Amino acid sequence: MKLTALLISLCLVLFVTSLVTGTTPVSVWHSFASLFATDGSPMSVVMQQIRLPRALLAVMIGASLGVSGAAMQGYLRNPLAEPGLIGVSAAAGLGAVLALQTGLAAAFALALPLSALLAALIAVAMILSLAGPGGAALTLILAGIAISALASAFTSLVLNLSPNPFAAAEIVFWMLGSLADRSFAHVWLALPFMAVGWVLLGSLGRGLDALTLGEDAAAAMGVRLTRLRLALVIGTAACVGAGTAVAGSIGFVGLVVPHVLRPFVGGQPSRLLWASALGGAAMVLAADIAVRVALPDRDLKLGVLMALVGAPLFLHLIYKTRGTLQ
Amino acid sequence: MTVLTLTDMSVKRGACPVIENVSLTLHPGECVGLLGPNGAGKTTLMRAALGLLAHDGTSSLAQMTSMERARACAWLPQAREIAWPVSVEKLVRLGRLPHSGTKAEDAAAVAGALAQMGLQAYAQRTATQLSGGEQARVLIARALAQDTPMMMADEPIAGLDPAAQIATMRVFSDLAASGRTVLTSLHDLGLAARHCTRVIMLYQGGIVADGPPAEVMTPENLAQVFGILAHYEMTDRGPVFQTLDILE
Repeated sequence: MKLTALLISLCLVLFVTSLVTGTTPVSVWHSFASLFATDGSPMSVVMQQIRLPRALLAVMIGASLGVSGAAMQGYLRNPLAEPGLIGVSAAAGLGAVLALQTGLAAAFALALPLSALLAALIAVAMILSLAGPGGAALTLILAGIAISALASAFTSLVLNLSPNPFAAAEIVFWMLGSLADRSFAHVWLALPFMAVGWVLLGSLGRGLDALTLGEDAAAAMGVRLTRLRLALVIGTAACVGAGTAVAGSIGFVGLVVPHVLRPFVGGQPSRLLWASALGGAAMVLAADIAVRVALPDRDLKLGVLMALVGAPLFLHLIYKTRGTLQ
Repeated sequence: MTVLTLTDMSVKRGACPVIENVSLTLHPGECVGLLGPNGAGKTTLMRAALGLLAHDGTSSLAQMTSMERARACAWLPQAREIAWPVSVEKLVRLGRLPHSGTKAEDAAAVAGALAQMGLQAYAQRTATQLSGGEQARVLIARALAQDTPMMMADEPIAGLDPAAQIATMRVFSDLAASGRTVLTSLHDLGLAARHCTRVIMLYQGGIVADGPPAEVMTPENLAQVFGILAHYEMTDRGPVFQTLDILE
């Protein structure tokens, strides 16, 4: 419980920091006053329509990545698993890239995230039909890898055939992942999917705990593995698909956060789910503050920073635990 | 009263039958040893009986809903998997998942299971850091904490030291003496002879013999099923069974 309180306070502090961080030089107090102002002043527009949705999206996406990473690691009983494993993020990326390439993204505002969501849905349908209802965890991973590879191949094809360097650059920059210039439209688009994902993944605690003993023992303890897997795939896809659709691909959160927090929850998968949701939210909030503070005028991408920080952190963890890993 | 009834159970792997027309009834108070060489179908029979494998024929356990079954029979698989570095106490508590009891009931069952396996001192240790044999005992304690009328275990004593093997077999025969039922596959025929009330000999997917150890573990059956020669003698310290040689 101490951990939960700590993580919640951390998220709150970072959320507030995120709201008052930006290029417009105004006092913290004035920022907050503008958040609730109804006078339509420029600062109130900045606070209410730019910074608030940005901070909210950071929380939503971080929580989604954290909880789905924890669920995926719990299901596969492997600390190297991450939400991108089932191929949904790569597919959502392809959907977004197609929207950019065809000019659909320029035609109306939400074309890009909608196209990404559609591609994510198709990927889930493919995974479920490929991996079948009763197959083993290995089939799921293999199907995910295959779909991931296919989506990446198509994305490369689009880049390859892109008519001019500007179009290619736009695609590449989008793929780096960012929360800049997002609006409440993005929040409302992603929220229903993510909420479904959170509920589905949040319900897996008991089953994931039982899976600590392996699939056979878990099944004999009353866990319905087929149903658990269906909830896992759909929940992860809803979370990650919606996240990728509104912010591009942001890696490492789903891998690193559960890994960092596992010792603090006594290794228990059910407790790790919620801790990772909070931890993921804190990590994305922190990273999104860092991109604005580090290089305010260069539009440093969130996904880039996350990998820059996440990879060394992960290396450090491996270095620290290399003696205890078997 | 019966705890488990199997009727004409058959399991096929592809076209090849692994278990063929096995019928069997287990009663309260029985500690049953399931004997047979590698590949005889011991694990397959138990998993099919639990409904974890597709099968023909009927099993009273497989017909239950998954939660009913989890409260009727605890299953200890052969693969000793502990995926995460949880404490021994937490791991044993997983056995309480099928129950919706109070915290006090759960705590009592967990403490009882730890005591039965002599693991009280290990309660706060990290399960994954224990030795293989200790982990095996922790997993048996988990199945005990499930507190079911029946326990099915797949080679539970493989890899344990002699004292722990005897202690575990005693736990099983005590469970049976208290009115529960234990079905366990074993490769240690000597321990089966001493601790089981009944042994079932499985060979090529069918039951060859079923009854008290002295009646089943005859030279003829051992020769046919295991291809071995053994010495069996009733002494004043209980039955003594020693394998001697391979029959050519």
